[in-house]
Amino acid sequence: MSRTFRQYSVIPGFGLTLGYTITYLSLIVLIPLSMLFFRTAGMGWERFWSTISDPRVVASYKLTFGASLIATLINVVFGGIVAWTLVRYKFPGKTLIDAMVDLPFAIPTAVSGIALTAVYSKNGWIGQYLEPMGFKIAFAYPGVVVAMTFIGLPFVVRTLQPAIEDLHKENEEASASLGATRLQTFRYVILPAILPSLLTGFAMAFARALGEYGSIVFISGNLPMKTEITTWIITQKLDQYDTEGATAIALVMLLSSFAVLFTINAIQWWISQRHRGVS
Amino acid sequence: MSGDAKVARNDSQLPGSQQPASDLQADVKIRQPATRFRGATEEPVWIRYSLIFLTVSFLVFFLFLPLLSVFAEAFRKGVNAYLAAFNDRAALAAIKLTLITAAIAVPLNIVFGLAASWSIAKFEFWGKSFLLTLIDLPFAVSPVISGLIFVLLFGAQGLLGPWLTSQGIQIIFAVPGIVIATIFVTFPFVAREIIPLMHEQGTEEEQAAITLGANGWQTFWYVTLPNVRWALLYGVILCNARAMGEFGAVSVVSGHLRGKTNTLPLHVEILHNEFNFVAAFAVASLLALLGVVTLAAKIYVESRVRSTSTSEDLSSLDH
Amino acid sequence: MYKYRGAIFQVTILVGLMMCLGCQPGSSGNTGGNAGGNTPSKLTILNVSYDPTREFYTEFNQEFETHWLAKSGQSLTVDQSHGGGGKQARAVIDGLKADVVTLALSYDIDQIAEKTKAFPRDWQKRLPNNSCPYTSTIVFLVRKGNPKQIKDWNDLTRSDVQVITPNPKTSGGARYNYLAAWGYALRQPNGNDETAFEFVKSIFKNVPVLDSGARGSTTTFIQREIGDVLLTWENEAFLSVNEFGPQDLDIVIPSMSIIAEPPVTVVDENAKANNALDVATAYLEYLYSPVGQKLAAKHFYRPYSPEHADPADLARFPKLELFSIDEVFGGWTKAQTTHFNDGGVFDRIYAVEKP
Repeated sequence: MSRTFRQYSVIPGFGLTLGYTITYLSLIVLIPLSMLFFRTAGMGWERFWSTISDPRVVASYKLTFGASLIATLINVVFGGIVAWTLVRYKFPGKTLIDAMVDLPFAIPTAVSGIALTAVYSKNGWIGQYLEPMGFKIAFAYPGVVVAMTFIGLPFVVRTLQPAIEDLHKENEEASASLGATRLQTFRYVILPAILPSLLTGFAMAFARALGEYGSIVFISGNLPMKTEITTWIITQKLDQYDTEGATAIALVMLLSSFAVLFTINAIQWWISQRHRGVS
Repeated sequence: MSGDAKVARNDSQLPGSQQPASDLQADVKIRQPATRFRGATEEPVWIRYSLIFLTVSFLVFFLFLPLLSVFAEAFRKGVNAYLAAFNDRAALAAIKLTLITAAIAVPLNIVFGLAASWSIAKFEFWGKSFLLTLIDLPFAVSPVISGLIFVLLFGAQGLLGPWLTSQGIQIIFAVPGIVIATIFVTFPFVAREIIPLMHEQGTEEEQAAITLGANGWQTFWYVTLPNVRWALLYGVILCNARAMGEFGAVSVVSGHLRGKTNTLPLHVEILHNEFNFVAAFAVASLLALLGVVTLAAKIYVESRVRSTSTSEDLSSLDH
Repeated sequence: MYKYRGAIFQVTILVGLMMCLGCQPGSSGNTGGNAGGNTPSKLTILNVSYDPTREFYTEFNQEFETHWLAKSGQSLTVDQSHGGGGKQARAVIDGLKADVVTLALSYDIDQIAEKTKAFPRDWQKRLPNNSCPYTSTIVFLVRKGNPKQIKDWNDLTRSDVQVITPNPKTSGGARYNYLAAWGYALRQPNGNDETAFEFVKSIFKNVPVLDSGARGSTTTFIQREIGDVLLTWENEAFLSVNEFGPQDLDIVIPSMSIIAEPPVTVVDENAKANNALDVATAYLEYLYSPVGQKLAAKHFYRPYSPEHADPADLARFPKLELFSIDEVFGGWTKAQTTHFNDGGVFDRIYAVEKP
């Protein structure tokens, strides 16, 4: 019943707001982004394909997507724990820690990159202990992951926090009174409830990691075939006055991030629709 | 569930607010005998402490130490050297430009965020996920590309370049370019904060208001806006933080004219490249302090939510 | 009622958008010059340059502003923009209103000439010494006392030596580093392109970090203490020792190196639009004057006319065998396409390294 009710709405302003949304979206996002298609179109299929399938470029996709995935999974696990701890427990310094979570957001990425490199390189506060143990972080693959984790963390924590706060404790109590262990309650009661937010957080952190540039160029070392992220390849193309090559790779990046985001958005919207339908 | 209760529940979505259930829980606990085990919705103590330990150590290694290194570097040569970094014409110009940029970009994105969330959350239409993804897109676009697309559009070799040149209008490598790039980068933040909340709230209250004779504007102003005001404010805070801190995209369209087209993040880069590390990190710490201001604003927002929503929560318990 | 208010709202937004899009034609400072008469009393010109010249041009600009005021009565401000050479050239191509460009290599300026047609392609003939008022070379910066005993290019191929250089694809200085190593290998007995390739490849095998620009590499080497030797501009090496202290660093001069020729030119169309063709030309000519030459030497650039420089400054420049890009590589365009463009020799170094 509620479905048909929502489809026909007495609320006004749909045309105006959607019209405005689409106009503004087109002006600021779509038209500028379409320049990538526009410029790439001029280069012909053969050159396009050879540009985007060059071994060095492919190696950079692997690094970018692989490291983004690892960083986002770290963020989902640890960010989940952080969000849970911050919402459910009380401990000294909680407000300070809660505040710190937002900082990667406000600090320019270049500063984050310089700071992370300073801390994790071999004479840094952390690197000086890790490197003798054989863990090389700065100027290697883990450095890329560290930078991506750093910039993605707020997205996971901040989307999970409200969801955890919004959990109905009655459900957990019911689950416990029916004999479920805490772990079972988490698996069957809590996790499904926070899943949509977890997905949103995952999507945003993943997307952000894919696109990250400023902090990574400082810490990755930028070695061809090893630690070059895709955006860095794009920068190099631009510096060789190869705009078409740059836009071609940018287009690949854009379309793949769009696909990732779209899938997660669709899943998330579907889950929340179903959730609403049930309740 | 009545509309009233729904409002209360949705307001309580914001961080830090209290749950009616947890209030009850507290009551139950007090009545429990001291010998009873932990409550059914709590983890064993050791898990609790290890989670807290994990949280703190994770944040120390990934966040706290890198940030501390910024301040350590900034104050390495004492407070005077730190302050001297701001007593500089170029630094002041950078601060001014950063403020101007945020002052234009943030309001425009607020209006967009409200319009977008109204159309997306209050109505059902085909292609909604697609539209949502388009709104998210600037998140995923690498800053270098964000800058590049505007160069391709407005640059001298770009699509509109020749026309702009003939009109004597300079967009790229001037303030307008920086503003537009910033708008692009901060585009999703406000909308992204409001849409889930508005969606969750449904349309019952708006329908009631319309039925009672309110026009659309009144409904928005007196019913919808108050319901989402804290999400809106939170979105604004995030949007503003990003607008002031954006580096990559702005770097592409800025032209790096000292005292003219340098924002604070770019000024940091210049100082760093001049081996003036103390000043570079001092300016960077100013941007980190912005995060602290963000925090203060957030705590204020939360305290407001708590004071308004607890009373509503309590009344909602009666239903 | 609602629609009416909505319309007002929308119009306000549109006006706001238009204001930020269109109403600031004069905000860049350089486009406003066309409004004045023939000799406006206040003028701003923009010099777009690469990274290591900051300190030199900061001082030179002040000298020239005073000189110009005294000469013409016009009060002049010279704006500076610094960054990676390729990035800066691209900015000028994309519309950054540079009156003069002073970049690291002629290839970048050639690209500006080709893409914008704002000045003739034979711009290098307009000023003495191929439009290079000062030159430099590539030297080694090592830790104090040279613990790894790095003396010449062949030491860089030793497996116990870590070499720091920026990425030749994005840094002009790094291209000189690469070509200097290549030229050294060619000039060894039985040297040819094959041996040179293997030689340069074994150097890059020892490179743990490829920063995007010269300044980034300097930071990596000095602040992060990564690597045993930094390949860098001679002027950058001297500046680093000055900035970070001679107690930590030594400069090593190899037996031979490349002569780095950073050229300068007026961007005619931009300067004309800015009513600043005269002053821009005079600005570059002043680089060749005794004042300019003396300042260049002071900031560790090898001056075109050494007789104008302070002998004490000149004494800092060691004598070594120098070869030029034109001699060994047949000019910058050829060197660029053979070695650095995608699919070139530099890509092969990394392509074959990993199966």
